[in-house]
Amino acid sequence: MTQTTTDVHVSTLDDYAEVLGAAAIAEIRALAKRLQGRTVLMVNSTPVGGGVAEMLNRAVPLMQELEIGVRWDVITGGDDFFAVTKAFHNALHGGTFDLPEESFATFLAYNEQNRARLHFDADFTVIHDPQPVALIEARQNHGGHWIWRCHIDLSRPNRKVWEFLEPFVSRYDGAIFSSPEFSRQLPIPQYLFYPSIDPLADKNRELDPGVITEVLQRFGIDAQRPILTQISRFDRLKDPLGVVRAYQIVKRYFDCQLVLAGGGASDDPEGEAVLAEVRDAAGKDADIHILDLPPWSATEINALQRASTIIIQKSLREGFGLTVTEGLWKKKPVVASAVGGIPTQVIHKHTGLLVHSIEGTAYQIRFLLSNPAIAQRLGEQGHEHVREHFLITSSVRGALTLFLHLSGKESK
Amino acid sequence: MEAAVTQAKTPFQFATASYLVLIGNQECSNIVELQQGIETCSDASIFYHTFQSLERHHFITGGFSNDFAQWVFASCNRPSLAEQLVSLDIRDYVSLADLRGDLRRIVADYCQAHEREAAQPAFETFYFCETIEEIVPLGIEAWTLEEFRDGLKALAHASLQFHFITSRLRLHLHTNDFSNWLSKELGLDDLARKVDQIDVYTNTLDSARITILKLLDRELGQ
Repeated sequence: MTQTTTDVHVSTLDDYAEVLGAAAIAEIRALAKRLQGRTVLMVNSTPVGGGVAEMLNRAVPLMQELEIGVRWDVITGGDDFFAVTKAFHNALHGGTFDLPEESFATFLAYNEQNRARLHFDADFTVIHDPQPVALIEARQNHGGHWIWRCHIDLSRPNRKVWEFLEPFVSRYDGAIFSSPEFSRQLPIPQYLFYPSIDPLADKNRELDPGVITEVLQRFGIDAQRPILTQISRFDRLKDPLGVVRAYQIVKRYFDCQLVLAGGGASDDPEGEAVLAEVRDAAGKDADIHILDLPPWSATEINALQRASTIIIQKSLREGFGLTVTEGLWKKKPVVASAVGGIPTQVIHKHTGLLVHSIEGTAYQIRFLLSNPAIAQRLGEQGHEHVREHFLITSSVRGALTLFLHLSGKESK
Repeated sequence: MEAAVTQAKTPFQFATASYLVLIGNQECSNIVELQQGIETCSDASIFYHTFQSLERHHFITGGFSNDFAQWVFASCNRPSLAEQLVSLDIRDYVSLADLRGDLRRIVADYCQAHEREAAQPAFETFYFCETIEEIVPLGIEAWTLEEFRDGLKALAHASLQFHFITSRLRLHLHTNDFSNWLSKELGLDDLARKVDQIDVYTNTLDSARITILKLLDRELGQ
């Protein structure tokens, strides 16, 4: 059975006019007009959970509203398939690959099963991430334009796994990456599409001041003193200990508080260990608030970000860094490491401040606390930067532009 | 008031441009490599990192000019070279070859005078990208100054940038679509000149639009 997502309630395109302006929405409609009647198939590996499903849950209905025939199918597989794809995922991020040779056959067998089950009759087929990449085999019988969208960082992949996947990727008409840094040398065009956030989702929508106050009270945070916040999983690559150290330096000069909020500690043994280390580093400082939040805490995260004086993202390694996007969207000054997709969002001294060390992080926080007018300007320009480039509507516009470009190639 | 009733022979047709970004295979990790990259990258890449960069950052009014300058400043910590690159005004160029020539000259001069600094590794790598443009008519046209003002009022940023800034490369003229039409079709040379004088580096696209609208209203006697 094909799993098709049809019943998710989302905002309509016109609802986005309040954040983008009616003219920008009219432009999206003008782009879409030339694609009316064309069909698009999106394929990924999960209907819920994770950034890709979240993005498709928002983007697919918006494109349907534009009278483009978009269908979203999800591949299926047994535990053995997902064990392989999980191992692929880790290996593509630079980890080792320890599964036996047969795992490649398992991967191909499930892709073949899905190829036989799904209908590939669309004008544009967009395959998301490595799990369904071998579905390109279906192209020979169905045609159309095929695009592979890679949402992960391929800058340092495990050689064995990449050498297995690359021949499939190279048969697509193009590949999409979230950052030039994440891409590979490929014989096909590689497009740059940024990830995006939904300004109308619970995590990002405007909040009633009462909601923010209630959340702060619930967590014992003082609204009257500066709040420094990092929202992240409890993961060493997010350097929470470095954040605590930076805060301790700042604390010598400013009576401020630190909020470290995120999840990942309850279902991940390493997360649990990191959380314990952070608690240990915080000691008895009552102004350090360590919050291990459940996955359904979108409103709480929104409130914490909106209440913050400064948003920190001191990652040692990062994907695109959507928590930075969220902070910028809320007009907050952001101090963040110059890694992964962060420099794309934080343009140093224009939309935030980039740092390369714990001491640098502490210094820039002190600078912003001493210069609230500069902090405000950075926050406002950061908000505009997100509005122009990193909202779900930009993703839809980008997809339409790509489809128009590919359609134009048909007639040449 | 005469301007309000003058009818153009050819209407102004509002359009928008939407851009796809192609990731190139070139990157650089120091200023010497930047020089090589500027010499060999495509015209579409020069366009992306200059004209298109200005659009992408149109909301910044203080010191952001192009991707090369920002990278040299933030990743190489070379403010003097950044300053020279910032000072290039894309409105002075009607061809990308000329713009590339000046970029190349500035970076090459720096490399020659500061051999050691130019070879030092940057904090972050610079990736050359390029742009594919898709132009889409918005189906809105103006025959009179009044209709033109109404159309301009309702434009999104992408469209404004397309007509007001990148149009130089299309027209191969030191002017923009708006000024070109105002002068050619309505004979409003003085208004056309004033519109073209608006500084796109110290204005946001929104504030530039407000200034144009004020000039139009004055012409219309409103």
